[in-house]
Amino acid sequence: MNFILDYFEKIGFYILYLINELGSLTIYIWNCILSLFRYSINMDNLFDQMVFIGVDSFFIIGLTGLFVGMVLSLQSYYAAKIVGVTYMIGPTVALSMTRELGPVLTALMITARCGSSMASEIGTMKISEQIDALEVMSVDPYYFLSMPRIIASMIMLPILSIISSLIGILGGYVVYKFFLGLNGTVFVDMIYKYMKLSDIYNGLIKAVVFGIILATISTYKGYEASGGSKGVGRVTTQAVVLSSIYILFADYILTSILF
Amino acid sequence: MIILENIDKSFKGVKVLDNLNISFEDKKITVVIGRSGEGKSVMLKHIVGLIKPDSGRVLFNDIDLNTINKKELNELRKKFGMVFQDGALFDSINIFENIAFPLRQHLKLSEGDIIKKVMSGLNDVGLSGIESKMPSELSGGMRKRVAVARAMILEPEIVLFDEPTTGLDPIMSDVINNLIISTQKHLKYTGIIISHSIEGAYKTADIIAMLYKGAIIETGNAEKFKKSDNPVVKQFVTGSMVGPIVI
Repeated sequence: MNFILDYFEKIGFYILYLINELGSLTIYIWNCILSLFRYSINMDNLFDQMVFIGVDSFFIIGLTGLFVGMVLSLQSYYAAKIVGVTYMIGPTVALSMTRELGPVLTALMITARCGSSMASEIGTMKISEQIDALEVMSVDPYYFLSMPRIIASMIMLPILSIISSLIGILGGYVVYKFFLGLNGTVFVDMIYKYMKLSDIYNGLIKAVVFGIILATISTYKGYEASGGSKGVGRVTTQAVVLSSIYILFADYILTSILF
Repeated sequence: MIILENIDKSFKGVKVLDNLNISFEDKKITVVIGRSGEGKSVMLKHIVGLIKPDSGRVLFNDIDLNTINKKELNELRKKFGMVFQDGALFDSINIFENIAFPLRQHLKLSEGDIIKKVMSGLNDVGLSGIESKMPSELSGGMRKRVAVARAMILEPEIVLFDEPTTGLDPIMSDVINNLIISTQKHLKYTGIIISHSIEGAYKTADIIAMLYKGAIIETGNAEKFKKSDNPVVKQFVTGSMVGPIVI
């Protein structure tokens, strides 16, 4: 009998934990939004974060896009060859990159690279009382630490997503023409034929949402740090895992709404 | 005047402050002493609104900190400076920027004026020439002195010190205590220090208060504490392991 009670106790505890987390996250988002109305954005911080999230990530995002595009071209070839539609490889690569892989992979890479850094930086500031120091100096940490990161992420994710998609398509083209020995003009012509402008901007909408999700979750988790370096490590891991899950979940929702 | 009135505070069911009552006189240094874990830092954080009491009031010039909104609280906090236990210097910026931070946030000064003020602040704490160093390059004592310089840069009305001499050698502790005395004489601020150093308290305090089991059990000047009949105070002052304070 006791083990049944234990089981229900665990379920109850988990539900309470989830409700508590959701409530704290909602209050956090509300405080961030309020800070936007109370203060003007700290432009120096915003610029620094845009450089960190955007400019410093160009190489890794480009590299990710390149290899994904190349693999996509190669994989599509094996399937397309069977049914004799190799001319469709171009649109397959381009649509996959702009609608799906560009935004999602960019968001996941930025979560790993910058989301983890946001959580650990804010977490370290929390446990070393630097956030308390900010508050005592009448500086709202949401305005000073959170909003520049969230806005920078919101601005830079679509730009990085475009770069990733472009380089991915280029990688697909290189494989199509030089490794598979197919006609490169067909690759480009078919992209023009089958790709619509909405494929691009809907992909960009996804990137904006992913940017907001990853920066919000990562900064929020940073504030939850407690208990020294182990606590910082724990919230950093949680930030990356939760952001990735929310991004993939949001991807499904957005895909079903937008396309 | 700052008054803490009937403050209760618990964390996860453990009562840290239990009907705490204390007032801090203007332009005087009050040192609150007590054993580690007695809730001294919690009390200090109530004064600047970093922690809200479960019940009771924190009054600053008759304004109840719990009844004002965030914007009003931030305005009020501009009157405060705080020196945290480990300095709480921003580790991603250098010493110059750490001290200049409150100036850049709250005053519209020219870069020349900021440089002048920061250099003067560093000079006051005896640390000229370290402005380009990062906080991680400094010793504990130097970090605390930089924290003092940062707390004083806006010339606040009230300065809170969270265990300013903990972890320092006796000579550096004396340097910090002298720094507190000299800056208070110069700026005439209300100083609130929490500490478990009785020697430091005797040296710096106009008034000493002892926190025990979440409440203030004795208040008075150094002489009163030296001659106190309260067995708890007596045990703490003499540093004896025998007495009513159970370890």
